[in-house]
Amino acid sequence: MTHFRIPILHFRRLSGFTAMLRKEFIQMRRDRITLGMMVGLPAVQLALFGYAIRTEVRHLPTVVMDESRSVQSRALVDALRNTGNFDVIGDVRSRDEIRSRIEAGDVRAAVIIPPAFANDLKRGKQAQAQVIVDAADPLASTAAINSASLAARAAVARTPIDVRVRPWYNPALKSSTYIVPGLVGLLLSITLIVITSMAIVRERERGTLEQLVVTPIDKTSLMLGKIVPFALVGYVQMTVILTLGKLLFGIPLQGSLLLLYALSAAFIVANLGLGLFVSTIAQTQAQAMQLSFFFMLPNILLSGYMFPREAMPAPAQWIGMLLPLTYYLKILRGILLRGAGFTRMWPEALVLATFATAVVALSVRRFSKTMG
Amino acid sequence: MTAPGSTLTIDARALRKVFGALVAVDNLTLSVARGEVFGLLGPNGSGKTTTIRMFCGLLQPTSGTASVAGYDVVTHGEAVRRRIGYMSQKYGLYDDLTVVENIRFYATIYGLQGEARETRIQALVRELDLSQRVDQFAGTLSGGWKQRLGLACATAHEPPVLFLDEPTAGVDPASRRRFWEIIHEFARRGTTILVTTHYMDEAERCDRLAFMSRGHLIALGTPDEVTRQFGKARVEDVFIALQQQDEMRSAEMGNRKWEIGGVGAQP
Repeated sequence: MTHFRIPILHFRRLSGFTAMLRKEFIQMRRDRITLGMMVGLPAVQLALFGYAIRTEVRHLPTVVMDESRSVQSRALVDALRNTGNFDVIGDVRSRDEIRSRIEAGDVRAAVIIPPAFANDLKRGKQAQAQVIVDAADPLASTAAINSASLAARAAVARTPIDVRVRPWYNPALKSSTYIVPGLVGLLLSITLIVITSMAIVRERERGTLEQLVVTPIDKTSLMLGKIVPFALVGYVQMTVILTLGKLLFGIPLQGSLLLLYALSAAFIVANLGLGLFVSTIAQTQAQAMQLSFFFMLPNILLSGYMFPREAMPAPAQWIGMLLPLTYYLKILRGILLRGAGFTRMWPEALVLATFATAVVALSVRRFSKTMG
Repeated sequence: MTAPGSTLTIDARALRKVFGALVAVDNLTLSVARGEVFGLLGPNGSGKTTTIRMFCGLLQPTSGTASVAGYDVVTHGEAVRRRIGYMSQKYGLYDDLTVVENIRFYATIYGLQGEARETRIQALVRELDLSQRVDQFAGTLSGGWKQRLGLACATAHEPPVLFLDEPTAGVDPASRRRFWEIIHEFARRGTTILVTTHYMDEAERCDRLAFMSRGHLIALGTPDEVTRQFGKARVEDVFIALQQQDEMRSAEMGNRKWEIGGVGAQP
């Protein structure tokens, strides 16, 4: 007998596929975890990342040791305070006091202005002031250090040089503008891998997968019917994040949303494939959960979601290049913040599509083997 | 594989299944006629489940052949799957679907559509006394009801052959009795049934029995024939005698017992 591969599902197959679809939607509607991950998780994460993680203003508790006590020294302190990075919480008299308070932890920065400060300025000499920053947390201190030198120069400068920095695409320098589009990618990844792998492992645990394997349903319909509903979950979640991001944080939606949704398909399929892959390794739902989160760590750290990839050592960059999120972040930020079109974004889309095809092919093969 | 018109609906020839170093099923030859209730008995790890899984196409035989409903299980898997119902100890139910949703799902998977499907669902609900519980979630059913729902799902397409792997484990006596009445009703209408069980009163309700030990078939016949062959009064005594033999042999084989006991039953 000759077998022809027909690309279109014929009727009998279609009925298996639609039966799976309908069942998945009924189950999804009744499953609080899925619903929670679809809507609740984005809301919580947005609040966490959008409000709590702020890299632009640090509010370091600061003490001042002003030995100059002059108009100029007060101007300097005001300028530092105005950057938002230094909250002056008191005056101190000695360096020892500064040290002990920083060690105690209630003070993170100190400004020391020597007695000669005002006089040096008046005589046109180079005046010196010192800003001490507790740099144990470099992320927190870098912004403060940078702003300190800029502010100091501005406060006392007499040079005619006027440096104007224009931050493009994020003029207010809000970290939420950068974080929220990334959050779409991160949450899609977490949700899709966790939900998909758990849903499949649950079928295996309950014995329903074995039951399905002895029915005439073909493996393609079985897998598609199982996975396609979760693509919809991905799109719903994405829409929730973008809507909340727009309403709460005023994220600019510059480019074509249609293009974004279209290119997201490749990323969503890639993650569904990863979820399927996890399900072929995990024996229990708990294992599926753990494995999924194990997957998430490199995604958070190396994809460029939180830290710029340009600053990473080469091996970390290589690992980052293997993560679909890395490419999807470029698409998200490109379209949402810079209004980039398909002509700019197609290389990333191509990588994602290739990745999706490879991971789905691999997972489907592994999955078929586990079904016997 | 089988000649047209043959009454044999299950036919195994020199069936063998090997897992690594373990021979789970060895040189198994047996046949089951249409409408027969055939019991497969044996201690844990004797190869019952492996055998049933090969008949259903869940496992590939290492060698030998098996045909079910006239089709070879290896070369015509899909044709076999259309003609069999299979119920495992777990029943294969979705806890978060209602009784009627479970039945409808499996009926659709088996290709039933529209009016024909709804008529069939009504018939199953009536036959298996599920009418009071159609809208109850499967997860909230007791063991006996789950078992009956499992049977409804496995027979949604009216299969000529039904495989039941320890269907009554953990089910109360009244439900078990009712279950066997239903099974015999199916058989009267021509369904061939292969069932594994641990309960000896159930074994005696089968038309024919096969005893398996360590992957081998060691006795085959009607309950009367089997008890006579081993010189015992009841099937239960035969089973106990065989199990003791099995344990003695295991003891002789020392540590290998653990390999066999562990892997053979649920690969």
